[in-house]
Amino acid sequence: MSALEVRDVVVDYEARGGGRVRAVAGACLTVEPGQIVGLVGESGCGKSSLARAAVGLVAPTAGSVFFEGAPVSPLTRRARPRELIRLQLVFQNPYSSLNPRRKVGSQLGDALDALDLVPRRGRSARVRELIELVGLPATAADGYPHEFSGGQRQRIAIARSLAANPSVIVLDEPLASLDASAQAQLANLLVDLSRDLDLGLLLISHDLAIVRHIADAVSVMYLGLMVETGPTLPLWQVPLHPYSEALIGSVPHPDGTGFLPEALPGEVPDPANPPSGCRFHPRCPYVFDRCRTDDPPLVPLQDGRTAACWLQPQGAPVALPGDRVKGVNLPR
Amino acid sequence: MSLLEVEGLRVRLPTTRGLVTVVDGVDYAVEHGEVFGVAGESGSGKTMSMLSLLGLLPDGAVVEGSVRFGEHDLLRMPRRRLREVAGRELAMVFQDPLTSLHPMLSIGRQLTEHVRLHLGLGRRDAERHALASLTDVRIPDPASALRAFPHQFSGGMRQRIAIAIALACRPKLLIADEPTTALDVTVQAGILRLLDRLRRENDLSVVLITHDLGVMSAIADRVSIFYAGKVVEAGSCEAVLSTPRHPYTRALLDALPHPEGLQDKPLVAIAGAPPSPGAIPSGCSFHPRCAYAQESCLHHVPPLVAMGDRLLACPIDPLVER
Repeated sequence: MSALEVRDVVVDYEARGGGRVRAVAGACLTVEPGQIVGLVGESGCGKSSLARAAVGLVAPTAGSVFFEGAPVSPLTRRARPRELIRLQLVFQNPYSSLNPRRKVGSQLGDALDALDLVPRRGRSARVRELIELVGLPATAADGYPHEFSGGQRQRIAIARSLAANPSVIVLDEPLASLDASAQAQLANLLVDLSRDLDLGLLLISHDLAIVRHIADAVSVMYLGLMVETGPTLPLWQVPLHPYSEALIGSVPHPDGTGFLPEALPGEVPDPANPPSGCRFHPRCPYVFDRCRTDDPPLVPLQDGRTAACWLQPQGAPVALPGDRVKGVNLPR
Repeated sequence: MSLLEVEGLRVRLPTTRGLVTVVDGVDYAVEHGEVFGVAGESGSGKTMSMLSLLGLLPDGAVVEGSVRFGEHDLLRMPRRRLREVAGRELAMVFQDPLTSLHPMLSIGRQLTEHVRLHLGLGRRDAERHALASLTDVRIPDPASALRAFPHQFSGGMRQRIAIAIALACRPKLLIADEPTTALDVTVQAGILRLLDRLRRENDLSVVLITHDLGVMSAIADRVSIFYAGKVVEAGSCEAVLSTPRHPYTRALLDALPHPEGLQDKPLVAIAGAPPSPGAIPSGCSFHPRCAYAQESCLHHVPPLVAMGDRLLACPIDPLVER
């Protein structure tokens, strides 16, 4: 049984003027216990909407989310069901998700009290344990959020989510706006936590190099849909969807070789008005006639990989990018 | 002769605790048509050293040293004259184009105002000039873009527009401060290619300020690594990034995942945090975080000296195994 399963989820938002914008257009995703799954894609592709739907913060228009086999009910005015406390969310900016006027220790204590997880006597010991779990000194409990650096604050936010003994944490851009060194520390911490606590992590990030480094599996999202999923390294070595190929090719290399990344032509289309057929076709260098009219389904391929591209016929051996027939190339 | 020569630049900013040194004796030169990279963590003084050239520091800031730009001495110029020179021949692009573009003025207005002022063009000519500028940075449908407003464009397009505005007076030097940090990688690649093309076609010099060594590696010819207001290592981009010799440069690179590196090798974070201005450690300012620090590093400030193919401010060379 997967720890978290997102099945054909659709998320619509009301647009100004009464229309509807489809942010997520039927996306699937699974996170196994102890697995780190990276979710990547450009801004506006629906990553964050999917994350919110996955923890029940927004109600999906269609589709369903299962956490440890039970359906995740969207948040309402009532209390969140007790079973869902082991499904946690960590936001991008810990400075706005932590209370600036209260000490770190008492904020962590609140989490324990609200959930009634430890007896009053064991509270401070558990707070200390949580703080040590994220690699901060025990004295951090007596500090206020502003006394910590960005990376340390993000650790505190993670410690607070660990208070609930979660089995899955969804992290929305946890590494954005940190210096390289703080990013490295936090990335290593996430790997350790996932291994030590058998914790499933859904890591949403636009930093592809970090995702490649720590994720076991990757899902690539484009305009509300998954276009490719698979184990991280094979996906990186031979991306099967032209969009994954373009994303990976646009990451610069910090090695002084002067590698100038390839730019993807065009822009992410307006999700209120997606292109016909394959949503990626106006930007795809391999586009051919069928792509303009028919939407390719996400089909299973070899070795636990899936891709939604007409160049990857179901069941057949995967086609390497070099073997593909080049269609009409768009001007760069 | 270099286009820009900075010598002994020192910048002190007023704070509640008195003047605090944020740039502490920096030398560098930018050649014609090159991309000069300035790297370092936040607070290392890389942005302040550039703002001082344009006279954009807060009131009460104290700037010492000399900055020669072409035949001008930028630090000893009357403010009015600096505005003329800097407006025409120097330009700057910032991290977030949404805050540097005016939200209520059309793109056309923002692209023609300074062109008319600095180049003395009439309205018609200025509009023609603006159209050419937008075409040059590959804005689709430039004629209707002139009548549009910043919020109608995506982040990448806004940054292209900011670059078009910066380059409209055909400056000799463009200072780009984290120009791609707020953008997606796919869009970032487009901006990097644009900057690379503009400098080749227009003989433009670019100072690229970034904390992202990948971005630096893509287009910089030469780089300076800043730490706590000082340059610790400088040289060709290839030499510094492929064989870093200052322990700080090495540590910065070890903290980064390489897009083609091994997955199971943990990333190595730098111990501690960068010092805040006003609380710079004695001796070599990197010594409290340095894996190679010795007794002498606590007392002696290492000078930036030529070492083979580069400048290095460290007597201990981590490349030499001990």
